[in-house]
Amino acid sequence: MAECAPSRLNAYVRAIGVLGPGLRDWPSAAAVLAGREPYTPQPTETPPPVTLPPAERRRIGATVRLALSAAQQALAATDLDVAQLATVFAASGGDGAICHEFCATLASSDRQISPTRFHNSVHNAASGYWSIAMRSTAPSTALSAYDGSFAAGLLEALAQLTVRTAPVLLVSYDSAYPEPLHAKRPIAAAFACALLLVPRPETGARARIEARLVQAPGDTLEEEPLESLRRGVPAARGLPLLRQLARGERGRVVIDYLSGLQLALEVVP
Amino acid sequence: MRPLALSHFTATSAIGRGLEATLAALRARRGALAPCAFETVALETWIGEVPQVDALRLPAPLARFECRNNRLAQLGLAQDGFIAAVEACAARYGPHRIGVFLGTSTSGTLQTELAYRRRGPDGALPQDFLYASTHNPFSLGDFVRRSLALAGPAAVVSTACSSSAKVFGSAARLIETGVIDAAVVGGVDSLCLTTLYGFHALQLVARDPCRPFDVARDGISIGEAAAFALLEPLGSDAPPGTVRLTGIGESSDAYHMSSPHPEGLGARAAMLAALAEAGRRPEDIDYINLHGTGTPSNDAAEARAVASVFGTRVPVSSTKGATGHALGAAGALEAVISALALRHALAPAGINTTTPDPALAVDYLTDNRAQELSCVLSNSFGFGGSNCSLLLERACG
Repeated sequence: MAECAPSRLNAYVRAIGVLGPGLRDWPSAAAVLAGREPYTPQPTETPPPVTLPPAERRRIGATVRLALSAAQQALAATDLDVAQLATVFAASGGDGAICHEFCATLASSDRQISPTRFHNSVHNAASGYWSIAMRSTAPSTALSAYDGSFAAGLLEALAQLTVRTAPVLLVSYDSAYPEPLHAKRPIAAAFACALLLVPRPETGARARIEARLVQAPGDTLEEEPLESLRRGVPAARGLPLLRQLARGERGRVVIDYLSGLQLALEVVP
Repeated sequence: MRPLALSHFTATSAIGRGLEATLAALRARRGALAPCAFETVALETWIGEVPQVDALRLPAPLARFECRNNRLAQLGLAQDGFIAAVEACAARYGPHRIGVFLGTSTSGTLQTELAYRRRGPDGALPQDFLYASTHNPFSLGDFVRRSLALAGPAAVVSTACSSSAKVFGSAARLIETGVIDAAVVGGVDSLCLTTLYGFHALQLVARDPCRPFDVARDGISIGEAAAFALLEPLGSDAPPGTVRLTGIGESSDAYHMSSPHPEGLGARAAMLAALAEAGRRPEDIDYINLHGTGTPSNDAAEARAVASVFGTRVPVSSTKGATGHALGAAGALEAVISALALRHALAPAGINTTTPDPALAVDYLTDNRAQELSCVLSNSFGFGGSNCSLLLERACG
């Protein structure tokens, strides 16, 4: 791997949204990550997304609500044309509550499943509802790389931004599965983060990031319970990057991606 | 984008294992839909099942990936010398320089459905049920990456029925930005109860073999498939007649989760974006492999979109009457069928369709048409309003 070669994958972080246990938005998360405030985990509180039509708002599950809320945070203070904004939704898996409900029903003698729940079960449910809510006809994708889903999403977002020279919104999110799935996939909490990436150093951009693939161990967060959050939720594998952004310092972070391959990010405020 | 070569490709679906069987079925207008006798499913519908999938066993070091979806992936990889082609590619570029980008909607969902029948008295799933390596969407990517001994970046795109078309874009962008030199792209989707009963609940499943674009079409027939392609930069030493990927168009409907925009605006935007990326005009296109699911509203929306861009000049068909709708694998399966169409100068018929709907203003092929093709478009549209069109080309002669 040519680690010394210049990377063409770079972008400016224009805005950030965060929702997690005891983390209600980016300012509160940044205070914790920069060490200015103590971290006190509490169940994640997800406000209902403001932009969905009432009919759609009733239909969405907690996981889609989580993703859309983090995305809206990141866009709150921007004047971008959201209808033209490409989006990348990264999540380890689909909606656990629906999966449990379907598998339990399909294991029973009455196999009737709800049609609305069926179309909400797709991995791209958040992506679909986002485009409906925002009237966004821009390309949108939904992907997974298991515990490396945040890195996979960031790589996809950076590649789109580089090729199209246009902003991209990355939304990475996961929420806990109900039992008995939880025992097999113990996602610790609901956590989502959204990064609005832009190709040029606009006013208000927080930092420039430059990405490359490396074979080096991923960074950990020394302090508990933040490290438990990082390890416990795939979307929270991006926390070392968020911490670097919160500190506002230049530095390199390595985030978990795949076995034998990680994503290194040079952060320049 | 710079054109990429589909330097190797393969497909396995209900109509056959590998390219030769697939081409023979297309030439003979032979479909493979049969009354559903899958597992314990009690639905009056026809499906496109790949025979003997569950008779396969994965290699011992990858035993934890055992599930129908990964067995189908292995069956697909084993055809047409695909594994050897990837090995040669890895020897050329290095295993770290080759990405794996695959699409699926089901992944190994069936494995979890079966495990739920074996829950213990406390409700716990059985010990031998492994979520990460079977049900999780990335199970497919992880399995294929390990099977092929590749070490580059990987992800699984899961945007319902556009999944394995969109992976061509993910891979092409990483090649374009120099992150990787080549990529294995494709899709694998397999029969499971969730999709069979789910599409039934939405009343989108046909009672008889699906008849895309027919005046009496009444829904989809669910299928399954594994299709793969090796994408590389088009070298000056590429053999003449190499199939090239020249355009990828993606869009969102922003309309409804499970119904297409009635005017097909998202589909139209995806096709126009693919044309623009390739620098092609509508009149350059020789054949369109439609998404053509066979539901009244999907086909009507796609027909409006096609007519608005191409008029009635371009021959079009859906091959889902033969294969069934392979959902998350449909994009890759139909990209491979489009590549075969280019290579063998065959615009394949849409079988089962006897009376093309006169309200759909397109030139729908009910018979095979032998003609040189140099530019072919392949459409894939999914739930959530996710649209993707791929433009494939081949120099004639």
